[in-house]
Amino acid sequence: MNSDVKRTGIYKTISLIILVILAILFAFPLYWIVTGAFKTAASINATSPDWFPKEWVLDNFRKLFSKQTAPLWELGIPFSSKFTEDGNPIIFTAGPVVPAAIRWLVNTVFMAVMAMVLTCITAAMAGYALAKKRFKGQHLLFTLIVCAMALPKQVILIPLLREMSSLSLYNTIWAVIFPTVGWPFGVFLMKQFSEGVPGEMLEAARIDGAGEAKTFINIVLPMIKPGIGALAIFTFINSWNDYFMQLIMLNSTSKLTISLGIAKLQAENSTDFGLIMAGATLAAVPIIAIFIAFQKYFTQGIAMGAVKG
Amino acid sequence: MARSSNLSSRSKVLVRRETRSAYLFLLPNMVFFIGFVVIPMILCIYTSFFDSTMGKDAKDIFIGFKNYAELWKDKIFLRSLKNTFVIVIVSVPAVCIFSLWVSAVIYKLKGPILSTFRCVFYLPVVTGSVAVTVVWKWMYNNYYGIFNYVGKGLGLIDKNINWLGDERFALWCIILILFTTSVGQPIVLYVSALGNVDTSLVEASEVDGATHFQQFWKIKWPLIMPTTLYILVITTINSFQCFALIQLLTSGGPNHSTDTVMYYIYYSAFKLYRYGYGNAMGVVLAIFIALLSALQFKLAKEK
Repeated sequence: MNSDVKRTGIYKTISLIILVILAILFAFPLYWIVTGAFKTAASINATSPDWFPKEWVLDNFRKLFSKQTAPLWELGIPFSSKFTEDGNPIIFTAGPVVPAAIRWLVNTVFMAVMAMVLTCITAAMAGYALAKKRFKGQHLLFTLIVCAMALPKQVILIPLLREMSSLSLYNTIWAVIFPTVGWPFGVFLMKQFSEGVPGEMLEAARIDGAGEAKTFINIVLPMIKPGIGALAIFTFINSWNDYFMQLIMLNSTSKLTISLGIAKLQAENSTDFGLIMAGATLAAVPIIAIFIAFQKYFTQGIAMGAVKG
Repeated sequence: MARSSNLSSRSKVLVRRETRSAYLFLLPNMVFFIGFVVIPMILCIYTSFFDSTMGKDAKDIFIGFKNYAELWKDKIFLRSLKNTFVIVIVSVPAVCIFSLWVSAVIYKLKGPILSTFRCVFYLPVVTGSVAVTVVWKWMYNNYYGIFNYVGKGLGLIDKNINWLGDERFALWCIILILFTTSVGQPIVLYVSALGNVDTSLVEASEVDGATHFQQFWKIKWPLIMPTTLYILVITTINSFQCFALIQLLTSGGPNHSTDTVMYYIYYSAFKLYRYGYGNAMGVVLAIFIALLSALQFKLAKEK
């Protein structure tokens, strides 16, 4: 018995040491991005790498922000080209002229926030209906949702591109937002959470004469809040980091997102690692900060969605 | 009689009202789901039977199963199918075993330490595929990369290796990156599943003199089986979809040694403009994923 305890103690210590080493290796690429962004060109191109920057410089960021300029804010109204006389979409621009990299960041934030808000609202409503209502076609709809979730998202990108160009949404940020909102994971997650709302409470609200909308806002929403929080952060991070859909749907420089922007930097300056790392820092640091701030909701949400599913 | 018909007509009204409100709640989501997921799916299958190209006056010509027949003669497609399966077969078990081991070590640790570990292993996922890919490209670089520097320093290699430009290594380099970006979610899932295992069962087995090893296989493993299944399915789907890594690192080269089906779909559709052919590949890929998921479900159920 004693030797068994001792053995598991040793085993535990060794595993922990291995784990710490692994954790360092996993964090290393991120460390390399951020330090690389602040290194001098000489330090980056040295054959024996500087593990820690000898001198911190902003050259790479200066270079990143010196490239092309665009107005800070540009908003195209979806489908507006169908209604204007000359067939051009209605576009609002505002703000001073800024470097393209800033514009990429603004585009990315807009895209991620929009996708997040639309997904949360529509998925919460649909998830509630699927969990708590009985209606014709319910079973069929749920089967369709589960099947769609198991399919690779990218397979539908080719027909999606043609659909977007026939809707004149191609090369607008909406072409990326709309399919993200339609992706059924959100509905699935919200259904799992809505199952937990007790039927008696809904019944009581109905007897009290509360309408459907009131019941949903006053009773259901507060109860599924943790689920909405998880879905919000999940959608935000996913759409911030998505690449394939953005690559296919967007192409003009001012419309790029930060992911596409870095890919473009890499394609144009393939060995200027400092510049590329500056771009990568700009993309990664905000999203990591958001992730760490909301970590708790996020991990809870992933776990609950899976356990209940 | 009159009463019962009255009742049933009233309940009919209720049912109708419930159905209507359910549809209203579903409507906003369904606009997006049907418009931008279901319709493209149907179009994907439909277009796969056409010789379809993009162009002002290009017309889709119905060719039946010819796209599908061509696939099995296309050497590049077969190679990319093989690569995709290598990625799936290597990375799925590796991800599952690794994340289970990490979770088993960390799940009993104190709150802040646990969440730090969990966070660190999740970092590559949050950093985003493009940022992760560009830094790995630098690390793999022939002249400035740290892999060659460390490898030579430790005496593992005697001269610089062009990791991504060498057919022998390129695919493995990609699998390594894919691995680091895939373990985050499984670890979160396993930690929560192991934390939910009923402690009274574990204690009871301790009283019966079960070793730690027995405890794990006889009690915890069966209880976390649903989580394992879920992880298998999502990791498989993720590995099949490996795209950004390939497009940004190797573009399928050298000599198609890192082509995957997903990359080849992109290449056919957006570089060669063969939409119908790309869609046929998409359908084949979807069928493979569906078959594999079904197989995993079946195996897990039998156990």
